[in-house]
Amino acid sequence: MASLRDIKSKITSTKKTSQITKAMQMVSASKLSRAEENAKAFVPYMGKIQEVVGAIASGTSDSGHPMLTHRPVKKTAYLVITSDRGLAGAYNSNVIRAVANAIAQRHASKDEYVVLAIGRMGRDFFLKRGSNVIGEVIGLPDQPAFSDIKEIARRAVGMFTDGTYDELYMYYNHFVSAISSEVTEKKVLPLTDIAVEKGTTASYEFEPSSEAILEVLLPQYAESLIFGALLDGKASEHASRMSAMKSATDNASDLISNLTLVYNRARQAAITQEITEIVGGAAALE
Amino acid sequence: MKTLTVNIVTPDGPVYDSEVDMIIAKTASGEIGILPGHIPMVAPLVTGAIKLKKEAKTEYVAVSSGFVEVRPEKVSILATSAEVASSIDLARAKEAMKRAEERIQSKQDSVDHNRAELALKRAMNRINVHEGNI
Repeated sequence: MASLRDIKSKITSTKKTSQITKAMQMVSASKLSRAEENAKAFVPYMGKIQEVVGAIASGTSDSGHPMLTHRPVKKTAYLVITSDRGLAGAYNSNVIRAVANAIAQRHASKDEYVVLAIGRMGRDFFLKRGSNVIGEVIGLPDQPAFSDIKEIARRAVGMFTDGTYDELYMYYNHFVSAISSEVTEKKVLPLTDIAVEKGTTASYEFEPSSEAILEVLLPQYAESLIFGALLDGKASEHASRMSAMKSATDNASDLISNLTLVYNRARQAAITQEITEIVGGAAALE
Repeated sequence: MKTLTVNIVTPDGPVYDSEVDMIIAKTASGEIGILPGHIPMVAPLVTGAIKLKKEAKTEYVAVSSGFVEVRPEKVSILATSAEVASSIDLARAKEAMKRAEERIQSKQDSVDHNRAELALKRAMNRINVHEGNI
């Protein structure tokens, strides 16, 4: 059995760890509520842009805009949204596994796909595997603003337009609730799932023309899809870090109570032994 | 007098929401004035200032790329960024302007050059809106 002092020091260090995980849990909880607020603030913008895109798409029967049309797929891009830091349970590994599986299934060689990485964990993984990482953003703040990812979103859309790749998928953790999130695959480009709105909206006047509007609108729409996914991902990052830290704290307190039991037993055994020795010594003197 | 409801929203949240008498916006095909009862319209915006006239007052909002959706009694402006004049960080805008100018002078790479020019335009727009000289 370990000595009393060993057990004592183990208890102390576990206590310290649990203090840290407890603090991290509380920090994540407050970040989560901020992230949820951000996601909420984004909703009116997304709703509006969807509405207008839908209205225009229904107004013009066949626009033939390059961002709306399918073309033969020679190269696929994967936009992977992960976090910069670990300690978030299965948050990163879930997304990365989903992407890696999809790539393994769909592509035979490394020339058929490229990776755009938001977040250090995803970037490192794909760099290590030798995938072609053509864009990356790391060190995003916990409450990202649109300007933080404007650059990569614009590039992602631009490279689709100029033919670097022919479709763009996005992988992120969709925030379901504070205790669960689910890996989501979303096809960003070409834009196919635009909800066409029927009725009142078809009577828009386009200034100067509907093509010119689509020119501005569709990239903006695609960029906001990416931003929406990032906000969603951030919320689930904080949520899963919170629950990971919560279970770490729980485990630590279990460990502490077990160790305390062991410690007390060992102490009791030591005392009993001492008494036996004293009694034995006294008996020998008589 | 009839008024228009104006909504300015960005990905980072709503920026402005109020009743105004008239809106003047800079679109890709020129400046337009929008009064209540305008026909439904959509137009792309360029980097510039939105003027919002409310009785005797005029408010300015700096916007960069986006578009405006007009309905007879409601106008929505969707911009990638928008700031009301009073909330513009002048020091930051000046810094951005300086950075962009340096980049324009130092680099000849055409992509970076274009980007720097756009950045310069946005920074100057912010400064102009803040100082109210439009």
